[in-house]
Amino acid sequence: MPQRVPVVENILGANDRLADENRAALDAHRVLGLNLMASPGAGKTSLIEHTIRGLSGSLRLAVIDGDIATSLDADRAAAAGATAVQINTGGECHLDAVMVQGALHQLDLTAFDLLIVENVGNLVCPASFRLGTHFSVLIASVPEGDDKPFKYPGMYRGVDVLLVNKIDLLPYVDFDMPRFRQGVEILNPGVRTFEVSCRTGEGLPAWLDWVQAAVAAAQRSGTGRPG
Amino acid sequence: MHELAVTQSMLEIVLRHARQAGAPRVVEIHLVIGQLSSIVDDSVAFYWDMVARGTPAEGARLDFRRVPARFQCQACAHEYAPPPETWACPACASQQVRVIAGEEFSVESIEVDPDGVRPPEAVGG
Repeated sequence: MPQRVPVVENILGANDRLADENRAALDAHRVLGLNLMASPGAGKTSLIEHTIRGLSGSLRLAVIDGDIATSLDADRAAAAGATAVQINTGGECHLDAVMVQGALHQLDLTAFDLLIVENVGNLVCPASFRLGTHFSVLIASVPEGDDKPFKYPGMYRGVDVLLVNKIDLLPYVDFDMPRFRQGVEILNPGVRTFEVSCRTGEGLPAWLDWVQAAVAAAQRSGTGRPG
Repeated sequence: MHELAVTQSMLEIVLRHARQAGAPRVVEIHLVIGQLSSIVDDSVAFYWDMVARGTPAEGARLDFRRVPARFQCQACAHEYAPPPETWACPACASQQVRVIAGEEFSVESIEVDPDGVRPPEAVGG
């Protein structure tokens, strides 16, 4: 006779436990971790380059780059002046806490203030896997269209910070910013939002200020949560 | 899209609980999947046959319990199932809403056969 065994265990629990270990390692070294997510081509690597160039005078930066193949993005981050570790996921559509833990072991965390993890370009899967970073950051971009919050609610709901990139293209594209912002507001009320252009540099100083404030808060408290 | 990875995690949980129960064979697995969890039943079932082969859970039936999304309005406390596209509160139109159900993704229980026979190890698996 079959017997029922109660389990009640979250299927991503193992990933969550490893994410907690990653967070503890970052906190122990007072390193602020950002998980940067976006669709392919939204501007993750460009934003990282601008962030490195804008902050490398005052902060020590490391980048973990997740891609299905190639080290093109890590090469760009290294060229901009950061220490970069490439993770090739070999087909996986997202980074998980195990992959990030492997990459963390390649970094001397005492030598850094800020770690940016560049996730695989994808608006679905990365939202399900916590990595142990302090903030999830999503880059949306104007050419993707203003309906994306409704089409990818899991991603938009879970992020702490949103950047809307390529605002220099607004005159040329049918992107209704109020409609977009309204969709975001429904899914993620009050989420901190920056409208930027990595091409012209517009809006980037406010983003850099926020990163610096978050790093300062992490160094004060070890938890990375500003104010 | 990442159902292979989650199906492997699911197998680990199932086998661990079967081992703790001293059961040589798992015959059924009860899963709870929230509507918002972006997990596709058919993909999980497809990978399940693959990853469970040669384990005590080989051939176990998967039972999916879908949990519909439920929102609660933070302004007027109204609870509702969100209609697609307009997630705002149907009672007061507020956009300050909280998800109270629909994000679950867990193994709820397993059915084990204490008298079952453990299948032979898969060759090369």
